[in-house]
Amino acid sequence: MSRLFTEDLRIAYGDDEIVKNLNLTIPDEKITTIIGPNGCGKSTVLKTLARILTAKSGTVFLDGKEITKESTKKIAQKMAILPQSPDAPEGLTVAELVSYGRFPYQKGFGRLKDQDLEVIDWALQVTGISSLRDKEVDTLSGGQRQKVWIAMALAQETDIILLDEPTTYLDLPHQLEILELLKYLNEKEKRTIVMVIHDLNHAARFADHIVAMKEGQIIKEGAAEEVITRQVLRSVFHIDAEIGVDPRTNKPICLTYDLIDRAHAMAI
Amino acid sequence: MMMMRNSQLKESKADSRPAIGTSILALGFILLMGSIVLAISVGAANIDFLTVWRSIFNYDSTREADQIIVSLRLPRELGAAVVGAAFAVSGAIMQGITRNPLADPGLLGLNAGASLALACVFAFHSSPSYLSLMFVSFIGAGIGAVMVFGLGSLRRGGMSPIRITLAGAAVSALLSALGEGMAIYYKLSQDLAFWIAGGVSGTNWLQLKLISPVIGVGILIAIMLSKELTILSFGEELAKGLGQRTLLTKGILMTVVLILAGTAVSLVGSIAFVGLMVPHVVRFLVGTDYRWIIPCSAICGSVLMVLADTAARMVNAPYETPMGAIVSMVGVPFFLYLARKGGRKVA
Repeated sequence: MSRLFTEDLRIAYGDDEIVKNLNLTIPDEKITTIIGPNGCGKSTVLKTLARILTAKSGTVFLDGKEITKESTKKIAQKMAILPQSPDAPEGLTVAELVSYGRFPYQKGFGRLKDQDLEVIDWALQVTGISSLRDKEVDTLSGGQRQKVWIAMALAQETDIILLDEPTTYLDLPHQLEILELLKYLNEKEKRTIVMVIHDLNHAARFADHIVAMKEGQIIKEGAAEEVITRQVLRSVFHIDAEIGVDPRTNKPICLTYDLIDRAHAMAI
Repeated sequence: MMMMRNSQLKESKADSRPAIGTSILALGFILLMGSIVLAISVGAANIDFLTVWRSIFNYDSTREADQIIVSLRLPRELGAAVVGAAFAVSGAIMQGITRNPLADPGLLGLNAGASLALACVFAFHSSPSYLSLMFVSFIGAGIGAVMVFGLGSLRRGGMSPIRITLAGAAVSALLSALGEGMAIYYKLSQDLAFWIAGGVSGTNWLQLKLISPVIGVGILIAIMLSKELTILSFGEELAKGLGQRTLLTKGILMTVVLILAGTAVSLVGSIAFVGLMVPHVVRFLVGTDYRWIIPCSAICGSVLMVLADTAARMVNAPYETPMGAIVSMVGVPFFLYLARKGGRKVA
């Protein structure tokens, strides 16, 4: 049985039911990406997995226990979440910000112990930002800043890491750098990674497991070859996609696409 | 390699923060003592420093100077110090919780709510006890806060700093107008003029004995929760992800804010901008760590208020200028500067 899964999850903002009866299982030690059109509830699901939002009904289970019934600090030792484009406070250095990843392990006033410092050093090193440790976070570029946030999540020393659109607003090389880093963490450190991502080709290239969502429901899930297909993309995104095979990775790749609904296309 | 890193670490900004923080606290304490002595010695009757020193530590009731100092000026300056700390710390907490750099108990309706509540008490009660004034003031601050945050979050998309500040201005204007209206209708101007203008004259030892422990405990709780406050200032989602019980933390901290602001207003009336300015200056010096911001704000707030009261008594001596006016003279330009700077980046 997987460590993280949901049972009949219903999530609503007020009266708007965003997610209906979701049964989602996150495979352990794999990279899972959630894809889907804007407003399909993918971020909502991620936030509910991370207990940032509370479900209207249904349950998220982590290690066999209901997530709402466990101490939130305990959960923070098992699962880290990186929200979408978090705002760095002014005047905080990289090392300082990353050190707050140790919060779930601290009591009271929170002096950093030697062990904490070691973890922080490691997190900076593995994300390749050791040389930036004394720079102020708000002076960094978007790509560097994203690595700082990932380092902070790593300092939490969790087996599971959730990320909400970690590559949005980054240029092409930085997007790839972040994804390669996550892949490394998955392969070498056996971390379970769950991320919401917009780029289908990135999803296909890096995910072991893809979950395609629409209107709060899972339309299809599985390996890239099963999900990144003409039929699935047609029903999920309402697009007519041309799918090929990436000559370098042998993963499916969306070469080009058109909107299916002509009227819709004209309106745009 | 290792050595190089170590030496880099020594020079880094982060590592110098405890040193800066400690020196602000030490320097602030010396400044506070100095400004209290200065404040006591100047006034309608000038008293030299030595006499001030002598009468505080060797009080002789037969000397006139000693009487002026111990029964009038000393409680007044101690009151200013305590209240300054309360306003500054409540401002710092509010800025952290709301991630709004323009947060201040005076600007976000808390002080106006407390003043209105005080007006209500005076309308229906001729000589209320000071303890009940404190309590009512706390409730009034709470009502002000609920109105501002309620109004500010009405629209979907949440509370931007500017929207909250606008809501604060509107609610403050409404509550102050109601308060002043009550004052006129019930002929309370005499009782209330003082609260509306703001000032510490007339502070007595009994009041000090009541407010000091309350404000002291409030600041202590704030210091104990300062690490949580730093994490909260990163944003609610991150704080939850790091395992903070954000609702509980916010609830406690907001209660502390209401207690601090309410108690302070019950003593000196509605004084804005202290809670806005002091934390910003402190943050500029010690960084974003609330473990340093809170205590440093407390001491700097004290110094600012004692100096403001001194100025209030000296600008147009022997008449007193309202202290609120003095603080606003510095505060308004500072507010404009912050608003211009964007005010989007978080506390």
